[in-house]
Amino acid sequence: MNLTYSEEYERFRDEVRQFLQASWTREDAAAQPDPDGFSGVGVGRPSERVTAFRLKAIERGYLYRHVPRRHGGSEQPPDPLKAAIIAEEFRRAKAPGEVVGQGPSMLVPTLLEHGTDKQRDFFIRDTLLGTLRWCQGYSEPSAGSDLASLRTRAVLEGDSWVVNGHKIWTSSAKDADWMFALVRTEPDQPRHDGISYLLIDMRTPGIDVRPLRQMTGDADFNEVFFDNVRVPAENLVGRRGQGWVVSRSTLKHERALIGGAHLTRRAFDGLVMLAQALEVRGQPALKDPALRTRLAALEARLLANEYQGYRLLTMSARGEDHGLAGMVMKLSSTQLGYDIAKLAMDAIGDRALLAPGEANAPAMGMFGSAYMWSLGVLIAGGAANIQRNIIAERGLGLPRDARK
Amino acid sequence: MDFGLSEDQVLLKETIRRWLDAECPTSRVRAVMESTSGHDPALWSGLAGLGVPGLHVPAEYGGSGLELLDAALAAEELGAACMPGPFLACALATAALVASGHDAAAARWLPALARGESILTLAVGEEGDEWDADRLATRARGGTLTGRKPLVPYAGIADAILVAARDDAGPGVWLVERGAPGIEITALQGTDMTRRVDAVALEGAPATKIVGGRTAIDRARDAGLVLLAADAYGGARRCLDMTVKYVLEREQFGQPIGAFQAVKHQLADLAADLDPALSLWWYAAHAYDRIQERAPRHAALAKAHLTDLFDRTVRTCTELHGGIGFTWEYDLHLWFRRAVFDQSFLGEAHYHRLRAAELAGW
Repeated sequence: MNLTYSEEYERFRDEVRQFLQASWTREDAAAQPDPDGFSGVGVGRPSERVTAFRLKAIERGYLYRHVPRRHGGSEQPPDPLKAAIIAEEFRRAKAPGEVVGQGPSMLVPTLLEHGTDKQRDFFIRDTLLGTLRWCQGYSEPSAGSDLASLRTRAVLEGDSWVVNGHKIWTSSAKDADWMFALVRTEPDQPRHDGISYLLIDMRTPGIDVRPLRQMTGDADFNEVFFDNVRVPAENLVGRRGQGWVVSRSTLKHERALIGGAHLTRRAFDGLVMLAQALEVRGQPALKDPALRTRLAALEARLLANEYQGYRLLTMSARGEDHGLAGMVMKLSSTQLGYDIAKLAMDAIGDRALLAPGEANAPAMGMFGSAYMWSLGVLIAGGAANIQRNIIAERGLGLPRDARK
Repeated sequence: MDFGLSEDQVLLKETIRRWLDAECPTSRVRAVMESTSGHDPALWSGLAGLGVPGLHVPAEYGGSGLELLDAALAAEELGAACMPGPFLACALATAALVASGHDAAAARWLPALARGESILTLAVGEEGDEWDADRLATRARGGTLTGRKPLVPYAGIADAILVAARDDAGPGVWLVERGAPGIEITALQGTDMTRRVDAVALEGAPATKIVGGRTAIDRARDAGLVLLAADAYGGARRCLDMTVKYVLEREQFGQPIGAFQAVKHQLADLAADLDPALSLWWYAAHAYDRIQERAPRHAALAKAHLTDLFDRTVRTCTELHGGIGFTWEYDLHLWFRRAVFDQSFLGEAHYHRLRAAELAGW
């Protein structure tokens, strides 16, 4: 056990820092919107300055290390420690790292694994730069956790798939240029074998995007309706009926995305500052012994998750499978995020009555919004009970649920 | 950057586990716990043969010269096996002696402790759940100690007791040898039958001052907190494994009860909390060894978190077993009782969370 980096890695860190100092100024950092905002789902189009910076960082081998150069990545040998150093230093410099969103994290790995050369050449480079933006068309009103029961149909007519149906919970659908979707193409096949993975241009006639207002009052999600939408046959990824298999690798990626420990740390540190600043019955909320013990209990869980990150990183560096340790991260970190948000609401006391934006609401009501969002992430990307099933079945070896 | 065990550490754990599987099945645990002393010299000497009591004894005093992390890995295995005996007592005394820097006392006692030939213990806690070195009432005067230590692990079989007490200069550690006049040891019925506690009354007992100040007491406490966290993790892991096995075997309503989602989800929740908690006590041990400014706070948080989790795990596991889990004959209650010790000894979770808050400057 050794938590210091070897000389080789410290040299690498210096290189990254020098690059950032030269290529990303303080003024750049100040102009950059917070990449870790609460929802993080609505992703704007990057400025030219940001794109120019990303191209330089890719050239240096710092971003998209697993993506081949000819597709716009930096094609570096896998090295989880270097990847961790890059992420730390970019965050410290408030420099734009890899584009946050479902395109780079989910679609690109899928195309690298299953796409045709033409699809890769057409989509990957611009997706990595954030100039081509994606939404995910998986969930439907009657296909949530049981995604394989989805009903949106695609029928081959000549050289087009004709799509009819209804997707829901589609983040960023309003801003997205394209959607990667799961559609039913083989209605006579058993449910998993009847699904295909289709890329749909969001400007195609017949697509209707309707914002879905969520409990926070904002509308980050949408419903997407398809009425005889014609999609070129060549936009199928993988073979007909293999969409389920094609989509599997990407869900795994999304789970890794949601488990980000640094966001939980930020929420916790924010909570401590809040409790320091808030006066409750004549003293700082932080002086209340009940609050202090709850904070300490939460911090133990937070530290456990942070050090678990070191452990997973070490396992990756050693080429070991994460096993159970990897499976529990989404559940334990989203549960922790929920508990942190809950404690913040308790600490705020009667001022929790004030809605976000109300002048007298502590931190402009940010914690109320975080409290609601902490439920959102518990549900997104495989709801908590689905995570429990995965842990029980794949991690502990218990029988699979009965399915009809 | 490597946050994992070395090959030697993995081998150490495997060696101890194999030995425990062979030598310390629960039938033997029960025999020891039903004995008068709660100590099985043959079992202890077997463990000493593996070098366990001497893991974190410096090489110059006849130990392996390893770190607290290595001792904690052993503690995890002992917790998993519910191994009875004075491991924790000896480990606390070792940490106090090493931290005291008292060469003569270390040279006199540690080699025999490492060989398993001497048992040592540390007496800190006093009436009123008092574990703070600055608030101890036991007094040293003219080379003698007077005071009461109501909960001392294995004082009855100890060859020497290190006593946290105070004199006019403040807190410090004194050493009292077995059989000294003015020392009265009363065996107590403990909830955990695998780690005995005795009441020690000192009335002008002759004692040698080992060190002044609270540092040695605090270092020993931090070592103890980490070892209890590791023991709790090992115990909880074992309970979870036992329960997974049981729910796969036990059938009701025509299927293994482990196929019911209520059961699966309870176990998944435990696994999801337990697995990251391993990283917390690993880090706490590592901090004790290498990042000392972080050690006290991490030890406190790890002890509070892991012992709470052990308690929750063994309660849920007992519940999932149904009636059989509530019987004396079934082994689960051995860990149920062990969890009570881990929670209560050296101060309960609430106390250490308040300490952690204080240490954070909150």
